[in-house]
Amino acid sequence: MSLAPALIMPRMASPTRRWVRRYGLAAAGAVIVIVWVLAAIFAPLVSPHDPYLVNVVNRLKPPSALHWLGTDALGRDVFTRIIYGARISLAVGLVVVLVGGLFGTLLGAVAAYARGWAEEALMRVTDLVFCFPPIVLAMAIAAALGIGTVNTVIAMLVVWWPKFARLARSLVITQRSLEYVEAAQSVGFGPVHILGRQIIPNAVGPLIVLVTLDLGHAILVFAGLSFLGLGVVPPTAEWGAMVAEGRELVQQWWVATFPGIAILTVVMGFNFVGDGIRDWLDPHARTR
Amino acid sequence: MPAPADILLQVRDLRTWFLTDAGPVRAVDGVSFDLRAGETLGIVGESGSGKSVCAKSIMRLLDEPARIVGGSILFQGRDLANLDEAAIRSVRGREIAMVFQDPMTSLNPVLRIARQLVEAMTAHGRFTPKAARLRAIDLLRRMGVGAPERAINSYPHQFSGGMRQRVMLSMGFSNEPALLIADEPTTALDVTIQAQILELLRELNHDFGTAVILISHDLGVIANVCQRILVMYAGEVVEEGPPEELLSDPRHPYTWALLHAAPRIDATATDRRLATIDGQPPDPRAWPDGCRFRARCPFAIAQCADHPALLPINDTRASRCWVTQQGGTLRPPERAHPAPTMAIADARQPLLEVTDLHKHFVLPKDGYFTPARVLRAVDGVSLTVHRGETVGLVGESGCGKSTLARLVTRLHAPTAGKIVFDGIDISQARQSDIRPLRRRMQMIFQDPYASLNPRMSVGEILAGPLLLHRIVDSRSAASGRVGELLDLVGLPATAAGRFPHEFSGGQRQRISIARALAVGPDLVVADEPISALDVNIQAQIINLMVDLQERLGLTYLFIAHDLAVVRHVCDRIIVLYLGKVMEIARAADLFTRPLHPYTSTLIAAAPVPDPRIERTRRHVPMKGEPPSAVNPPSGCRFRTRCPIAQPRCTVEEPVLQPGVAGQMVACHFPGAL
Repeated sequence: MSLAPALIMPRMASPTRRWVRRYGLAAAGAVIVIVWVLAAIFAPLVSPHDPYLVNVVNRLKPPSALHWLGTDALGRDVFTRIIYGARISLAVGLVVVLVGGLFGTLLGAVAAYARGWAEEALMRVTDLVFCFPPIVLAMAIAAALGIGTVNTVIAMLVVWWPKFARLARSLVITQRSLEYVEAAQSVGFGPVHILGRQIIPNAVGPLIVLVTLDLGHAILVFAGLSFLGLGVVPPTAEWGAMVAEGRELVQQWWVATFPGIAILTVVMGFNFVGDGIRDWLDPHARTR
Repeated sequence: MPAPADILLQVRDLRTWFLTDAGPVRAVDGVSFDLRAGETLGIVGESGSGKSVCAKSIMRLLDEPARIVGGSILFQGRDLANLDEAAIRSVRGREIAMVFQDPMTSLNPVLRIARQLVEAMTAHGRFTPKAARLRAIDLLRRMGVGAPERAINSYPHQFSGGMRQRVMLSMGFSNEPALLIADEPTTALDVTIQAQILELLRELNHDFGTAVILISHDLGVIANVCQRILVMYAGEVVEEGPPEELLSDPRHPYTWALLHAAPRIDATATDRRLATIDGQPPDPRAWPDGCRFRARCPFAIAQCADHPALLPINDTRASRCWVTQQGGTLRPPERAHPAPTMAIADARQPLLEVTDLHKHFVLPKDGYFTPARVLRAVDGVSLTVHRGETVGLVGESGCGKSTLARLVTRLHAPTAGKIVFDGIDISQARQSDIRPLRRRMQMIFQDPYASLNPRMSVGEILAGPLLLHRIVDSRSAASGRVGELLDLVGLPATAAGRFPHEFSGGQRQRISIARALAVGPDLVVADEPISALDVNIQAQIINLMVDLQERLGLTYLFIAHDLAVVRHVCDRIIVLYLGKVMEIARAADLFTRPLHPYTSTLIAAAPVPDPRIERTRRHVPMKGEPPSAVNPPSGCRFRTRCPIAQPRCTVEEPVLQPGVAGQMVACHFPGAL
């Protein structure tokens, strides 16, 4: 008996190190996301300048003590505009993913539970949307609706829900075959209660992971649409539009680079958090 | 102790622990045993006793965080516990082979049988691919796979569970190993197929001289294959001995408890309650000091506070118990209740009447122009369940018993036929019309892990039906009733605030029963309620169900594949085969005088945990596998496996008609077998 603990103990890493190994990236991601969210909420307090103040005399100044990340072609402070840009990027990402996710989840869950022709009809519609390249379809819709943030969000929502519908459908199909669903039926519960109160709460884990991973993706797509001129109306401070403004200014690298870095960090942050949640929900990954 | 020449495997003080974040789980904690060449050794114990981990340790098939932290496994002069990965790989499959419980997942689904068998042989360099293929065909033939030249080119999904287990055995024997470890090889199989596989194991051991370690939770299975039995409890061997002695005169109270908790197919029950031991197995993170069985032991004495050693009783037996080591005896269990007089009134009212019920499932078409195939899961079943009685429904998997349960509770809609519940025809009623009736018929499900919603607390699970049917009018009244329900099934009231994953399988099944009883039903349909549980927990649940029936006047439709259980708890038994009723009889009559050859073969296939009795029992060989319900045989459906089939059985379908003494049988030659 006495030899066994001696054999084991050196192999067991300290709790802190194990926590860092397991949740380190997720924690880093969470910090990045929290910093951006706080920056967005308190933008007027943390930004040193007015994002829309045009000062042509001061145009295209490199980073300095006054303008930390330089100024753009109209002399606006890049740092301030990035902070304000976080507001619209995060808001659009959140709206697109939550509304699209909710709609897609409900549709997929109802399809899976109803079976038969209703499932066929709903899932074929999903396939129809799915078979277009999402960004191209969103561009087409955004272009047809006209430029503007709301129209871009609508365009993104149209292409956003199908993946949630498919995931929710497969999750509900898995749950539906479990005996607790039959038990609820045999007790006498109706389909609305069974689906809404019993099945969906059990299927919500992977959906949360998808929402988190998708937030970064939605922000990226929105920035892409803005970059192409299909997003925000100038002079709104938005990362994609800012990159677009700076894309030909090779000498003034700071105009395009820093908004790009902003996109990079926020997308990475959400991905890390999403991965962390996925590992945390997956018992197999947890024991590793 | 120098090993005698014929000792094949010598395990000494083996400790395999799971090094988890929450501390080491001491799954195997000091196991020692010897195995002679060609010997058959059985390891028995409940889930969590460490028997599977022990087998995997010998094969070194341990995944992180499991690790062998102490002891030695001497196999033909090498210590397997300390071999490096390359060396152990040459032992695995070549010298020690293993067959696992689940034949559905232990074969690779995307590779043909041929490829998997040939690879198993060529991997060790003993055969050329061509020779290996010929040998594979020979092996499959030896294992009883029909038309092996054709079968070898199939994919695993084209085989039934029993056939896959034969393929696994072929693979196991392909390199002529010195030792075969079979971990619950028949647990997932029907009793008739189990009997075939066990017979095969016995023959293989005899013909090839391969030593076998057979792991099972079922004493009956072990008793009839093994020359020696190890009983494991809480990571240790608690008793060891040959089956004849160990099973008739157990010297450890845990063996004693296992033996008395299982209903036996060869014994008429005087009381439906079984002898059980209280409590749960201890937590493997912190085994108790002293004897690990002490907290549950009805014979415990003061000395049990010290940890007993596994001491020999005679040349062949050993036990880890202070009581028997000091000459104490383990008396047979006392029956707390006298045999209840099952007052069965002659003029009983039928509660459930089913007439010519059919359920056909239309299968997906193979192509657009092929006719749709129809699975006749239930194909013309008539039965009656009277108020207050327990009716058993038995048959192999695929016979339609679970479908029938879901039809009478109208979770499924029947294709044709009539279901009358207490005078109300519900066969074609809409779900909204049935909902009020759901108060009166409830179901208990098989899988205690899937039948409770993991996101709902026990209180919510039990309060849901109460509020839905307005049995109580407020949440506070519901919580009071939930407390009463939990008390009824023997759980503390504090259980209401906890979630299903905090409970063991047996406790979950109690919660499931409480949920069924919440609405005060008349009829409870129990679909294999105990088949996923350990023997002692099975006995506890049976006792609970018997108690509840007496107190609440319940009527049970009890579905099971285990004939011994059905014999024990049921008044009447209905035997199903491929969607049709073969025989209906009172439980006692069915077992003393089975009229249908299928009933006889089922009874003969169920093992008895006593090799001496088993030798005297009549063995009726059951041929082959059940045919598909998509394309059932003409005439009598059982004729393809029937030992007494005549030409008449092919053309004329026997009808269910009265035999002797109210027994109903569908056979042209009742009682001929």
